[in-house]
Amino acid sequence: METLWFVLIAVLWLGYLFLEGFDFGVGMLLPVLGRDNAERRVMINTIGPVWDGNEVWLIVAIGATFAAFPGWYAALLSAAYLPLTLFLIALIGRGVAFDYRGKVDNPRWRKAWDVTIVAGSWIATLCVGLLISTTVLGLPIDANGDRVGSPFAAIRFDTVVGAFAFAGYALVHGAVFTALKTEGEIRERARRLAITLAPVALLPLIALLAIVAGLWAGVVVVVLVAAMWRLLANRDGQSFALMGLAIAASVAILFGSLYPNVLPSTLNDAWSLTIANTASSPYTLQVITWVAGFGTPAVLVYQGWTYWVFRKRIGVRHIPAQ
Amino acid sequence: MDVLELARWQFGITTVYHFLMVPLTIGLSLLVAGMQTAWVRTGNERYYKMTKFWGKLLLINFAMGVVTGIVQEFQFGMAWSAYSRFVGDVFGAPLAMEGIVAFFVESTFLGLWIFGWDKLPKKVHLACAWAFSLATMASAYFILAANSWMQHPVGIELHEGRPRLTSIWAVLSNNTVLAAFPHTIAGAFAVAGAFLVGIAAWHLYRKSQDEKVWRSSLKLGTWVGVVAFAALSISGDLQGKLMFEQQPMKMAAAEALCHTEQPASFSIFAVGDVTRPDCENVKSITVPALLSFLAHNDFSSEVKGIQDLVPLYQQKYGEFYPVDPKLGELSGKPIDYVPALPVTYWGFRLMIGFGAISAGLGVFMLWLTRKNRTPTGWWFPALGLAGIATPFLANSAGWIFTEMGRQPFVVVPNPTGVDGVWMFTAQAVSNSTPGEILTSLIALTAVYSVLAVVEFYLIRKYVRGGIPGVLPQKTDDGALAFAY
Repeated sequence: METLWFVLIAVLWLGYLFLEGFDFGVGMLLPVLGRDNAERRVMINTIGPVWDGNEVWLIVAIGATFAAFPGWYAALLSAAYLPLTLFLIALIGRGVAFDYRGKVDNPRWRKAWDVTIVAGSWIATLCVGLLISTTVLGLPIDANGDRVGSPFAAIRFDTVVGAFAFAGYALVHGAVFTALKTEGEIRERARRLAITLAPVALLPLIALLAIVAGLWAGVVVVVLVAAMWRLLANRDGQSFALMGLAIAASVAILFGSLYPNVLPSTLNDAWSLTIANTASSPYTLQVITWVAGFGTPAVLVYQGWTYWVFRKRIGVRHIPAQ
Repeated sequence: MDVLELARWQFGITTVYHFLMVPLTIGLSLLVAGMQTAWVRTGNERYYKMTKFWGKLLLINFAMGVVTGIVQEFQFGMAWSAYSRFVGDVFGAPLAMEGIVAFFVESTFLGLWIFGWDKLPKKVHLACAWAFSLATMASAYFILAANSWMQHPVGIELHEGRPRLTSIWAVLSNNTVLAAFPHTIAGAFAVAGAFLVGIAAWHLYRKSQDEKVWRSSLKLGTWVGVVAFAALSISGDLQGKLMFEQQPMKMAAAEALCHTEQPASFSIFAVGDVTRPDCENVKSITVPALLSFLAHNDFSSEVKGIQDLVPLYQQKYGEFYPVDPKLGELSGKPIDYVPALPVTYWGFRLMIGFGAISAGLGVFMLWLTRKNRTPTGWWFPALGLAGIATPFLANSAGWIFTEMGRQPFVVVPNPTGVDGVWMFTAQAVSNSTPGEILTSLIALTAVYSVLAVVEFYLIRKYVRGGIPGVLPQKTDDGALAFAY
């Protein structure tokens, strides 16, 4: 049962990184791929109907961690207090920005929200990367699960590599998504940018995987190369699917190497948090298993339907006056 | 300030702020879904215009409710990790359910509703409105079930010093949540009702286009407000009676009732210093025997006062905090079982007072606009717009009362429940440095302040803008009917 929930939480993180990954990327690339207001609106509208639903994967990943492994939830969130504060502020900013940007027809107003979207997307994705690599690589925690040492203990060389791993992934993933969902010049620009950026932007992800699991990183390298190859061949959909496969393999490698720990202690192996010493009671796990068992397939169906409803590529010609 | 005080201020500020958006979102979502239903069923353009106008304001507010809600989900772990470890086996489940059952539905169908006007068949699009509206209510239920468990822990056993869940049904059907849910939802409708009344009155006064839209909105808002107030009174009375059993100290503090009385009188207004639990210097205008009735449905029953409750609490839950370095200054100190009396006493009165003013004002506005009249004085829209604030103030006062009234506990002991399950707020905080919490407190307060100004500005702009669109039309060139 604990193992099942460990896997489920990994799946929730995978859903989050795959889905919000591309809407973070779109936000990060807003001024690069969108040269004027109309083009930026095209980009924002590719994610407009779905980004909020994507973000719920995070809320549920965190909520499920609280329910299934309270000790993990408590230790990780309190130890990474300051990075998480920054993360929350970034999410708040970019969340309202999408909605409010077009509500006033004024270039300075739009500019302010564009800055919020770009900064918020960068900061949020860096923080997510930091959080995930922290839980995989460990923290100086004592026997009680409390952090020993400075509030910046979560910020180290390897976790910073982790931060850039997910930021770099989101950047390329966002460009591939833009290529898939737009037409005309933006699409071309996005394809070119993805291919140019990939060798540099994806390096930290490979490095993180190599730190954690050595040669297993090679699997992800192969998938990522394939993704870029399909993009070169003008097959945006296949490329996007392969990017999804790459993040799935990455999450599998990271959480697979973590298991059965959930948050290793860098001070003493005996103090590491594991699925066994942080899990809720069998009854509680059973309750949330029922809820997740019925709820999650339903979520996949109606979120999938949403993507189907908004499946069409959009371009500047589709954007109505504000 | 120490970690405990900072964390409490942060929780208070972020939660009260979040709960300014939430009731408007819940109430207005359902009203907008109702307006759209009226349009789909009758084809009357007036209802379409209502849906569009109020829907736009709803969305501006919705965004704020969503983003400030994310903070809540993280805050338990970040600032209250000891609490999270202690209650995780019970408290996490309703939160996870809220995410899976409510938040996914809410966010996904909201997206479909906003962008789907021309992409979905009319009825499917309408169903999306109902889906996200009902999901906001479901989310309220789960989070209130979690909160009610802190007020009245049920469905558990004590295992290795921690509560362990034995029945999720007991948690979800806790009598505390069965009373708190209708009370909170009615409070949400009171907010939405006053919002409609105030804004519609302003447009009527301005003689804006589409007079009928504003008249219908004003009428709807008033009736919603009146029914909500009736529901608030009934559910509030039920809640009060439960509270007298479950948390007698909270209710004694709500009345600043120092000595046990039989029959007990209800204090309407107090003059003097209610901070002193000995009640010297307090002159109070009272209704004889009313408190006895509110507590036990019996005008002659006894209601225990603070001074008689304190020894009972000391006997059951201890006179001193344990000696534990984590408790800081409080380690080994006597436990103060009396909540902050001015907050509980006035919080309770402001909640009831503002609620009553809000409903009364609504009825008055309806009377003023009877038979298609519109008063011409500036005081008419002023009264309506000022009235919008009253249910918000009542909601905030009510929550501040009920959360401050359970201090010094974060998990209040259940007098008829499992022995040994309670937690003092002082024991609940994380092992953080004051600097960390101070940083987030300042940062979040600053961001929230800026966003409050932005939201107010946008709502004002779109209220002034009046009715926006025309009927939706299928466009041939594939342009989006709505785009950010």
